[in-house]
Amino acid sequence: MADGAAADQTWAASPGRHGTARSFLLPAQYGVFPVALLVAWQVCAQIGFVRRSVLPAPTDVALVWFDLITGATDVAARYSGTWLDHAAASIWRVLAGFASGGGLGIVAGLLIGLSRIMERVLDPTVQVLRNIPVTAWVPLSLVFFGIGNAPAIFLIGLGAFFPAAVNTTHGVRQINVTLTKAARMMGANERELLVRVILPGALPSIMTGLRLSMGIAWVLVVVAEILAVRSGLGYLLNDAYLFYRNDVVIAAMLSIGILGFISDRIVVLVRDHLLEWNRLETFSGEN
Amino acid sequence: MAALADINLDIADQEFVTIVGASGCGKSTLLNLLAGFDGPTSGELSVDGAPVVGPGPDRGVVFQQTALFPWLSVEDNIAFGLRLRANKHKGAAEKIVERLLERTGLTAFRSRRPAELSGGMRQRAAIAGVLAINPSTLLMDEPFGALDALTRSIMQDFLLEVWEEERKTALLVTHDIDEAIYLADRTVVMTAHPGRVREIIAVDLPRPRRYEMRSEKRFIALRDYVTGIVREEAIRGAVDIAA
Repeated sequence: MADGAAADQTWAASPGRHGTARSFLLPAQYGVFPVALLVAWQVCAQIGFVRRSVLPAPTDVALVWFDLITGATDVAARYSGTWLDHAAASIWRVLAGFASGGGLGIVAGLLIGLSRIMERVLDPTVQVLRNIPVTAWVPLSLVFFGIGNAPAIFLIGLGAFFPAAVNTTHGVRQINVTLTKAARMMGANERELLVRVILPGALPSIMTGLRLSMGIAWVLVVVAEILAVRSGLGYLLNDAYLFYRNDVVIAAMLSIGILGFISDRIVVLVRDHLLEWNRLETFSGEN
Repeated sequence: MAALADINLDIADQEFVTIVGASGCGKSTLLNLLAGFDGPTSGELSVDGAPVVGPGPDRGVVFQQTALFPWLSVEDNIAFGLRLRANKHKGAAEKIVERLLERTGLTAFRSRRPAELSGGMRQRAAIAGVLAINPSTLLMDEPFGALDALTRSIMQDFLLEVWEEERKTALLVTHDIDEAIYLADRTVVMTAHPGRVREIIAVDLPRPRRYEMRSEKRFIALRDYVTGIVREEAIRGAVDIAA
């Protein structure tokens, strides 16, 4: 009996020990890889077997980035203090394209998912157009819309449309038929079926589609800004490349990466907020 | 080939009829026809004198695969039907939901999601949601088929209590012969390929039913009789398929 009690006590104490170990391990798990990457990069740049202007060190990039944003040191020369305007232009284009393309994609996906007739009318066209890389639309959209925001938003919208449409269709089609039957049995009309069953039931898949749309929007904003407009982080990146400012190029790249990451986090937060119920029903990974 | 043939079955108001038969005998098809999810290729169906043209809130269906909306709480699931325009006239949703939460013992779980409930609780919530819209007829397709034996027998008693209180016409499809007899005023035994009514057996056990009745002579005699027919039909069906 005494042995048993002692064993119980050590067992009871162990979660606390694990707890402190884990609270230290958690930031380490997040930090270890990026830190290692930065260190390796700094070392490579400083050994000097590539010229510093070709491969600037992380510290060089940090300094030029700081000047890009604040305009305080003039390290970025002609780009000094321009970051906010470029970032704002890119964010605005991404949001406009994402909202219009994603919104239309959800509508198209609902139509195709809900109606076999609409599936026959729309789906073949969507599936063919989906297989044309959006970059292949660049020449035509420049001819149609000229230089400016219009072709950029068109391209981003087009890219955002397809993942939203395809995933919405999938979301509608994987709704458990017992639920639609039950709603019908209870007397739901078409509108009630859509609002109370189809939309919430398809929402996990719709959110997956929107997340992909957001990712593609950040890819295409760079493409569009290199080719079709004279502002934005993509423009900054390309212009700095032409002036052989690789430090600015890398700062612009990382800016795009971070802004893309933040917008993805926002979509994920919205999703997790809306889909709290879904976490109870699905696998969420192991520790 | 038709799934069903020559089905002639009249169910009286407030009667509890069960349908039992080997798997593939078309008993679920018959229930889907009455619910209005499928249309008959020939013949006619009517409920309360009106022909069946589609699903509707006069015929409440309890499904085998529990029909609860995973994004709604227990409470909102029970209120789902009442909040539809078709049922707006049926009274204050809050009061009805409150009564049914109480009746199904789910009051403490009202804000839980279906995924957080046990199988028996889920099916009680689904039954409450159907009772909330106050249908004249209850159609049940193996409602306890996914539950363990103990929970199933508890749910059978729960269903009988509710039925005694609300006195609805009830049609329940099952492959569990004990269940078919225990619940029913009459049990319909179906044959397979195509599904026909083989025999209708009046269950002359007194009501209210009690669990102990299952070990009484009369119950055992009925069960042995029905089991005999169902087995005979199941074996014949298997031979038909093999031939």
